[in-house]
Amino acid sequence: MSENPTGPGGNGPAHTADPVQEPSGVEDLPDGTGQEAAKAAQPNVASSLLNAVLEGNSAVVTFLAIVTAIVIGGLLIAFSSPTVLHAWSHLFSAPGAAFSQAWDVAASAFSAMFEGAIFNPHTIAAAFHGGSIAAIFNPLSETAVNATPLILSGLAVALAFRAGLFNIGATGQFIGGAFIAGWIGFAVHMPMILHVVVAVIGGFVGGSITGGFVGYMKARTGAHEVIVTIMLNYVMEFLLLFLLGLAVFRAPGLPNPVSPPVASNATLPHLAGANLRINAGFLVALAAAVAVTWLLNRTTVGFELRTVGANPNAARAAGMSPERTWVVVMLICGGLAGLAGASVILGTDFALTPQIYGTYGIDAITVALLGRAKPGGVVLAALLYGSLNAGGVTMQGLTQIPVDITTVIQALIVLFVAAPPLVREIFRLRPRRAGEEGQLLAKGWSS
Amino acid sequence: MTATIPVVHHQRAAIDRKQAVAGIFVMLGLVDIFVFGFLADKGDAVFTFTLNGAAVSVPNLSLPPGPVSEGLGALSIVLGLLYAGLKLAKLSRRLVATGVMLAFIVSFLCWSDAGRIPLPFVSLMQTTMLASIPLVLGALSGCLCERSGVINIAIEGQLLLGAFAGAVIASAFGSIWLGLVTGSLAGGLLGALLAVFAIRYLVDQIILGVVLNVFASGLTGYLYDQALVPYENRLNSPPTFNSIKIPVLGDIPIIGPILFDSTIFLYITYAAVALVHIGLFKTRWGLRVRAVGEHPTAADTVGIRVLFTRYRNVILGGLVAGIGGASLTIGSVGSFGKDISSGQGYIALAAMIFGRWTPLGATGAALLFGFSVALANVLGTIGCPIPSDFLLMLPYVATIIAVAGFVGRSQAPKADGQPYVKS
Repeated sequence: MSENPTGPGGNGPAHTADPVQEPSGVEDLPDGTGQEAAKAAQPNVASSLLNAVLEGNSAVVTFLAIVTAIVIGGLLIAFSSPTVLHAWSHLFSAPGAAFSQAWDVAASAFSAMFEGAIFNPHTIAAAFHGGSIAAIFNPLSETAVNATPLILSGLAVALAFRAGLFNIGATGQFIGGAFIAGWIGFAVHMPMILHVVVAVIGGFVGGSITGGFVGYMKARTGAHEVIVTIMLNYVMEFLLLFLLGLAVFRAPGLPNPVSPPVASNATLPHLAGANLRINAGFLVALAAAVAVTWLLNRTTVGFELRTVGANPNAARAAGMSPERTWVVVMLICGGLAGLAGASVILGTDFALTPQIYGTYGIDAITVALLGRAKPGGVVLAALLYGSLNAGGVTMQGLTQIPVDITTVIQALIVLFVAAPPLVREIFRLRPRRAGEEGQLLAKGWSS
Repeated sequence: MTATIPVVHHQRAAIDRKQAVAGIFVMLGLVDIFVFGFLADKGDAVFTFTLNGAAVSVPNLSLPPGPVSEGLGALSIVLGLLYAGLKLAKLSRRLVATGVMLAFIVSFLCWSDAGRIPLPFVSLMQTTMLASIPLVLGALSGCLCERSGVINIAIEGQLLLGAFAGAVIASAFGSIWLGLVTGSLAGGLLGALLAVFAIRYLVDQIILGVVLNVFASGLTGYLYDQALVPYENRLNSPPTFNSIKIPVLGDIPIIGPILFDSTIFLYITYAAVALVHIGLFKTRWGLRVRAVGEHPTAADTVGIRVLFTRYRNVILGGLVAGIGGASLTIGSVGSFGKDISSGQGYIALAAMIFGRWTPLGATGAALLFGFSVALANVLGTIGCPIPSDFLLMLPYVATIIAVAGFVGRSQAPKADGQPYVKS
């Protein structure tokens, strides 16, 4: 994973992620040996799942996947720009112009993205002429702000992966968390620090209820969690829309269904002054990543979780209850996604809207996959995606290139990461031993 | 030990399931009586059956909601008890379920329309058919893929690309038929991507589907802002298909305008349902597809080309869903809008699961879901007290109940989602 941030995603993420990267690196060893044991015990689909997710030498493939996705994104930018297409029509009279135009458009897009996500040289010059110092750090702050909900919801998906569950329902759990956190934020009056703490816990509980329902349904009735989570996402979206239509949850006097803003006591405090949006939510996210690492590697619950993920039948034979584990895992995962909702409502948005859930729940899946379902990896992947999102907004402002290109790049990254043989074919790398990779989390409806 | 436990568990679950279904029937009957019957507003529920300008006019139907709902509720309870007490054949069980469902819908309609403006039944059903077209075609795409053993969550993306390509090509070349064909091809293209990554690179198909949906959403969203907004007149002003009225059938009162007076998409949908059903269950082709989906190793042993079958079916499914996508643009509103499919691909997926991976079941479920969407529209206009959000939620809630209660673990094709690697 360490090569990862050397891409245009940048040096910033590497810095900020260091504290979390350390513990996960230290604990790789016990994790790896536990993995070996599980593999020796049960060589089937589920163990190949963990095997592939925790693939040792995946750093190179991940890095190449990111590069390939960014190159394709650049080509898409270059060849959908009207000026470039115009230049191509004069290809034979001025062949150089077409190529240089294409390069210019793509390069300006990515440099704008870099300025928005990592560092903008103009801000330093401005600082010397009396501009604000804070502006220099604004891009990094934006990256962290964008990464916060992605880390939390990414963990919600990653932890479920480790237990052999697909949590497609981060969207619904996010809504559950955002709603409870927001409601505590604007409807209840409490003293300063207590209010925000209670609201954040409320977010965890809100997501937990939503996620726990899925776990309970799977444990009790055998309903496949993918189907239940997908359907529950839409149920929660409509429920949110309905609740925001009620007078109780709606800001008076506004034409749109929007809740009142959360009280200032309930907002997550800024970390670096009021001019930068980075807030305590980022610390909550990092703490959650550490907590998940600890849970996975140092607790009985974590051991049961990984065992159930490797092979539910073997876990049952060893006296564990997969059903109980599913419920517990989904309670925790839902809570993590609920924290993501709380971080958005209490950290950046401050009022519930029908679209509060954005695309965090779906991005969480791609983040978890890119992070190979490891907490440290999830943090890095979320920082990369956060930087792409933050940079995309700046890019759209500066170059008028639609921000949706970042979605395309993110999807492509995951597509390539999920198919290492394809990346190896593109870059003519030596194919690895059969069965060692490629069977990423492969299972069907019936398992 | 491991051999006996699942069997016992299974039998107990089967008994529970039958009682649970009967319980749900009785409960629906009680809701009919006590909610829709007793709590109905004063005044009759009036249904109109004639569109403006129809040749034959059908008199309005006026029902007193109280007695009707109570009667239907009592009927549902009796049916529920019969269901629990008697050992019914498959066909009779389905008839009972359909009867209870219909009773519930009718008493709900009576309750919601009591004392309000008349409910236009024909236009309600027309909207239902229109809303169901992408759902049915999407669900058929799912059936085609999953019966061959490849999970298709990318229906949403296939609809979206189909809608995009259909609108853009029809607008740019001024040919609506070219738009239809291109829309289908665009869906097929995403199907091909799904196939390559799932079959050749063995990527997990659930993740793959989700990622492809994100990809389609990002790509169409990007191109929409980049090209379709600035060049709206050239690229995003497609013509739309006109209704075609089938000569004799279209003049039948009530049924005619609903089933036989619509755009080409509805007729394509009829054909697709029939073809997929007959293809999958009445032909040698379908037998082979299902063999590949249930037991690829066995299929391979008898000489069926497993991977080829999967590639072909996944791409075929994409082509079908692409048509459904095109119906969203050139079949109704014309121009493309960002994320125009708005989750309909997931409803189609739900319909396929609800319909137990069969084309006819999926079509029925898709019609039911389309009906709930249409009803949400119509009830808003007649001033019904039920919030439309709950009606829009209905397909999803129904699916959760279905996977928890009726569908269970064993309904999906056995090898669905598992890549086949020759060993």
